This record gives sequence, C-alpha cells and structure tokens, in this order.
Amino acid sequence: MSKAIIRLAVPDMILSPAPQGSAATATFRVEALHKSFGADPVLKGINLSVQRSEMVFVLGPSGSGKSTMLRCCNRLEEPDAGEIFIQGDRLTGPGVDLNKMRQRIGIVFQSFNLYPHLSALGNVTLALRKVQKMPREKARVAGLEALDRVGLSDRARHYPSQLSGGQQQRVAIARALALNPTVMLFDEPTSALDPELVGDVLDVMRDMKRQGMTMVVVSHEMKFARDAADRVIFMDDGLIVEEGPPEQIFGDPQHNRTRAFLSRFHE
Amino acid sequence: MLDQFFNLAIMAKALPLVLTGLGMTLLICAVVIPLGALGGLLAALGSVSESRALRWLTIGFIDFFRAVPPLVLLIFIYAGLPFAGISMSPFMAVTIGFFLNNSAYFAEIFRAGLLSVPKGQVEAARSTGLGQRDTLIWVTLPQATRNVLPDLLSNVVEVVKLTSLASVVSLGEMLHAAGMVRSITYNASPLVLAAGIYLLLLWPVIRLIGRFERRLAS
Repeated sequence: MSKAIIRLAVPDMILSPAPQGSAATATFRVEALHKSFGADPVLKGINLSVQRSEMVFVLGPSGSGKSTMLRCCNRLEEPDAGEIFIQGDRLTGPGVDLNKMRQRIGIVFQSFNLYPHLSALGNVTLALRKVQKMPREKARVAGLEALDRVGLSDRARHYPSQLSGGQQQRVAIARALALNPTVMLFDEPTSALDPELVGDVLDVMRDMKRQGMTMVVVSHEMKFARDAADRVIFMDDGLIVEEGPPEQIFGDPQHNRTRAFLSRFHE
Repeated sequence: MLDQFFNLAIMAKALPLVLTGLGMTLLICAVVIPLGALGGLLAALGSVSESRALRWLTIGFIDFFRAVPPLVLLIFIYAGLPFAGISMSPFMAVTIGFFLNNSAYFAEIFRAGLLSVPKGQVEAARSTGLGQRDTLIWVTLPQATRNVLPDLLSNVVEVVKLTSLASVVSLGEMLHAAGMVRSITYNASPLVLAAGIYLLLLWPVIRLIGRFERRLAS
C-alpha cells in the first residue's frame, strides 16, 4: 500500500458523508449541466455534489444520460451549459487549462482503452512523463507503485494483449491513479468483462474507497452498489429522478420510474 | 538466343555503368522517400483535421496527384514548365514530381492508419491531461504507423521501382544506364542485369512485408 496516495487528514465532518452533502464543502460539483446531441437533449440540468471520500453510484436505464454526464465531467464531451467545480476550481468556461485540470479527474472506461503499443508500465507512466515531466526513473517508481495498488506490479512488462480483461481494466485504473487524482469517474468499468473477472476490479474499487478516494461510478453492479456506495443516484431521461443512501433507493424507492427500473433486476 | 539476354561478357562490361546508375537510383530514393513520407504524413493529418477547409484542401491534393500518372507529371514538370519560364535540372524535376506523387500515396496510407486508431485511445490520452500534440505523437501515430506498416513498406517498393521513370528525363539512374549500354552493344543483357539488381534490392523488403502482414494478422 502506498502511503503517498492515501488521503491524509480528512476532516471529521466529512468522514461520514451526509447523503445530500452540502454544495459548499463538495470536492466535486456539477451545476445545471445540459447537453444535447443535435436536437436530442441528453442532459436536462444535472446537479450533483460529491463529498470527499464519498462513493456515488449512478444507476439508470440505457440512454438515460449516465455516461454522457460522466464524460461531461472532464469535458471529454463538451457540455452545452452548466458548470463543473473541483475543490472549488472551475473546470468550465474560457481560459481554463483543461490538460492541467484533467489530471485531477481520473476516468476509467468500459472498454479500458489501454494503449496497445505500450507495456502496462508504459501505459501508467505516459502521462507522468509527458504531462508531469517526471524523469524516467521517478516515473517508473511511481508507475510501479500505482500498479501495486491494483495488484499488478508483477505484470509491469506485459502488453495489454497479454493481459486478461480484468487485468487490463486494473491497469487502466492504475493509469488514472498514478496521476493522484482528486476524484475518479468510472464509466461501466465491469460491463465488458467476463463475469468471473468482475470481482477483481470491484475489489480494487472497494480498496480505493477504503483509502478515501472520491468516486462517481456508473454501473449496473447492483450488489456492489448496495454494499459499497455511500449514495445512489437514479437517472432517467437526462435528469436525476431520485437519490439517497443505498438502503433507501433499493429498499424503498420513492419514484415509480426507480421502482420500475429496479424491478427488472432480480438478484 | 541466350547470348542476347544472358551475355556475361557484356554484363561484366556494363556493370560499372549500371552500378553508377544504381547509385543515382538510391540517391533519388534517399531524397524522395523521406520527403514523400513526411509530406504524406502532413497531408494525412490535414485530411483528418477538424478544419473543413484544411480537409478539403488536402483531400483535393491527394486525389489530384493520385489521379495524375507519374510519367505525365514528370514530363510536364521537366518539359512543360519551361514554357512558363520555369526550367530545372532533371534531378530537381524528378524530386519534385516524385515528391508530389509520393506524398499523395503516403498520405492515403497514413490517413487509413490514423482512422484505424479507435477514438477511445485519444479519449484515454486526453483524459490523463495529454495535449493534442502529445496525444498524436505518443498515442495515435505509433499505432497508426504500426497498423499500416506493410502498406508503407509496399509503397517504398513502389517508389524504388518508380524511379526508373527518371530515365525519360535523362537522369542517369539504373534503367537509363542499362538502356545506354543496350543501345551501344545491341544486346539486352544490360537490361536483364538491371532487372536482377532491382530484384536483389527489393526481394528482401517484400519478404519483410509478408512477415509484418502475418504478424499484424495474428
């Protein structure tokens, strides 16, 4: 376990995040996010505040805008309107050094998107070397440390094609972690995996949560959401329909659409 | 009959001149292949750029010079442009003509390579803070090049063969040299010699291409 990446000195008030944590103390905050593809509105005003060390789970039917919301959060998808703040710093608007800001927001994709021409270590260290201008040796140490956090330091020299899907996704997580981000976004991180490989990835995420990482997770892993999430958000048709602690969302959903959606998952 | 094509005595006599021609062939290649590859890469980047004007311009360039026969282009530059007051040495004409032709072909190959890299690769790179230029250099280009390596090498083979066209503007490359000896000796052996040298030169490259193709397929 690398001490360097563990978040230190978490103030007591946010050690146990309030379900509807106040916007003022939010580590990550999205306000009135709108996005359309052509004439198709996909996000119709999303407001979301994530507290430090909180794991927020986003559920919703396909096409409800979950992935688009996540991709807007680091402006891979340019929002039409709305604001994004990370630790009070604005990510939207003109004059923002996007490349600098993006290092504070890690994102993990459904399809891993590892660089096939680089080894696992090469994948993890590319941004360290080229963006943070770390010298080779220092980047190697930091890269191995990140790989160690996902249990893959012994696979550093392997290329993505030599790794299983679960291992690839863990390398992708290490690639994001290596930059020491403030918040991590997961876009259906286990959807492309064979069922028997899902567990390893979820274990890594659980571990990150234990170490205090702030996370927003779009996923259909209901059992994991129930166990690990601090808060669950249900999205439908470009809006947040309902949010609350997992016990409430899964045990006693208030909205018909939430109920209809959850009833399709029998566990 | 064998005497007409495989006359060793004539080949031996032709050899020094043909080798000098080979030197010129290699010199043309050494100038034209890197220039063409670079021009092609730039045109390819233009053809997939966000700017519509740049896209149209580069795609127009690529289409035009792929459509114009290289022999026509070469004769036009060497023998046509002087009517507009632009004259140049055979070497210059060959360099410019092959650069234009070659860039267009390299561009088409690089373009296919760039388009073969999944969008997720760029997204992954950008999400870790890499800028547009770094993403291109460290993520997109290495994959694009690797994906079309056999085609790039095939094009290099084409270019080497294409240099024989330079003989029409009397640039003393290998075919021109062999042709001269043929016309002096009234014997086809120098041409067979030149063909043999082309074969020796290019066959290993062609084998290499086959190996790359198999490796990419697996």
